[in-house]
Amino acid sequence: MQFLAQQIVNALQLGSIYALIALGYTLVYGVLRLINFAHGDIFMVGAFLAFFAAVLLDLPFVPTLLLSMAATALLGVLIERFAYRPLRNAPRVSAVITALGVGLFLEHFTLASVGAQPRHLPPLIETVVYRLGPVRVTTVHLVIFIVAVVLMVVLDRIVNRSLTGMAMRAVSWDKSVVPLMGVSVDRIIALTFAIGSGLAAAGGLLYATAYPVIEPYMGVLVGWKAFVAAVVGGIGVIRGAMLGAYLLGMVEILVAAYLPSTYRDFIAFGLLLILLVFRPQGILGRREVQKV
Amino acid sequence: MPGLLAAAFALAWAIAHHGWLNPYQQQILMYVGINVILTASLNLVNGYMGEFAVGHAAFMAVGAYVSSLMTVRLFPFQAAPYLFPLALVAGGAAAGVVGLLVAFPSFRTRGDYLAIVTLALNMIVKSAIENVEAIGGPRGFLGMQRLTSLPWVFASTALALYVLRNFIHANLGRGVLAIREDEVAADLLGVDTRRVKLYAFVLSSALAGVAGGLFAHVVQFINPRSFDIIRSTEILVMVYLGGIGSLAGSVIGATFYTVALEWLRFLGQWRLAIAPLLLVLLMILRPTGIMGLREFVGLVPRDERGLRGRLARLGYGTVDSGGGAAPSAPEGSASPHGPA
Repeated sequence: MQFLAQQIVNALQLGSIYALIALGYTLVYGVLRLINFAHGDIFMVGAFLAFFAAVLLDLPFVPTLLLSMAATALLGVLIERFAYRPLRNAPRVSAVITALGVGLFLEHFTLASVGAQPRHLPPLIETVVYRLGPVRVTTVHLVIFIVAVVLMVVLDRIVNRSLTGMAMRAVSWDKSVVPLMGVSVDRIIALTFAIGSGLAAAGGLLYATAYPVIEPYMGVLVGWKAFVAAVVGGIGVIRGAMLGAYLLGMVEILVAAYLPSTYRDFIAFGLLLILLVFRPQGILGRREVQKV
Repeated sequence: MPGLLAAAFALAWAIAHHGWLNPYQQQILMYVGINVILTASLNLVNGYMGEFAVGHAAFMAVGAYVSSLMTVRLFPFQAAPYLFPLALVAGGAAAGVVGLLVAFPSFRTRGDYLAIVTLALNMIVKSAIENVEAIGGPRGFLGMQRLTSLPWVFASTALALYVLRNFIHANLGRGVLAIREDEVAADLLGVDTRRVKLYAFVLSSALAGVAGGLFAHVVQFINPRSFDIIRSTEILVMVYLGGIGSLAGSVIGATFYTVALEWLRFLGQWRLAIAPLLLVLLMILRPTGIMGLREFVGLVPRDERGLRGRLARLGYGTVDSGGGAAPSAPEGSASPHGPA
């Protein structure tokens, strides 16, 4: 029981990180219907930017977070401007392939410029261990959880309560009529990329805080898993992405805790397949009816 | 055509037998052939059928492991070179069975979900291999003899292209193209979409399995990491580089990509950053890839060349997308895509 409670704390930590990345997938998918396969690598770049901010500029945690989020948001906007926007009216597959290409470019550009050896993020948060009864909760757990929840609440507010959010939802509903309302679709899409990439950077810093090794390929697996989380929750649905991320985190941690840890991916993806057979639209997703 | 093929086969045999090219060049040629099989087979699903499968390396892995297990554990050492084709066929068959497993959930889902299903399959296969100690687990599997030679690669590649060509131009293949244009309409017109998808998936995965068997017996060492999502992405890149819905494009895409990456070796690690950048540029400037729905004459059966060719020249049946997106043939062109 004590062991289980401890694992749940760990799962909340992993789930929070997945959630921040999954939100980027789901935002971009919701607005552009594009699976942004480069998103995992944007997460990786965010982690590296945070690393350099922490090491070279010697910044503490919060400025590091803000700086890497801002820089990565800019990167997201640039990628959208130069790689995706020219293809907005092209077949969807071209955009998906471009996304794959951008992801590979980010990986190998990082590999070539900073090298393949794993780096260690210096500890930005002083680790203090609290004991809630038998369960160990560290400041790292708390900071990750709090930062993730704050960002998610802010995002939820932006999307559901603000005018910008209304415009985002409108673009996601029907891109062709939005300009008639005097809203610039380009600006909304750029903003979506900025928010999604910024959240990914936050995920990158938190990931590097919890598991302090960063390397150029770290985004591949984590990115795919966040994508899986977004799909499980129902891609395009923001609360679904959060739910899916915490579920996936829970499954992974529990599998690793009770079975040999090498079974983690096997079981996580197996469950995904089973879920898709029964509920292809995800848990909170709505079934899209195809009109003929 | 058969004469040309025989001459090419003789050349492949002579190169391997007399050592006309150095072993490194021969190896690159073999990689080219293997990549052509992978690219062309994935093109059947992604290009011709308009679905989006991303985990092709999984089938390659199944074929590689099954055929390697056969040549190393099952066949006597001396007999292995003679029984090699049997191992390739078995690897292909095993991959085909796995393809069958993917085909079923993909009937329930559409569009992006096939990407997810195949992606998950890729992860599952890799993870499963890592967890089986008997085949080396994460350390990999070795002990294969270097059974793959240029003539074998050439014969397999030619056979794969031949099978794919005939499949595409048979009735089943017309069903495949109909699904690409509009699955609902194809269904209403009486195409048995389930059966067509099933055959296309199984054929595609079986050929990838054969390619995996060839690959394992060139490098003589396989481990789960050789078949991860990065390898799958590479195959995708070759498909879209060459052109969707074109066997000639697959040949060109696979050849160009494989050879170009070798040429760029002097750039060191930067070459891997330049290749995807070129892909992005290509997608922006020419979204249908190098060949994009066009075909070489030899890759179209003779009785298909006349009318369809003329229709294509008149502008009918040239479709810009082919990627499962909006069908956009000109009004009234009931005819599918003719070769130019």
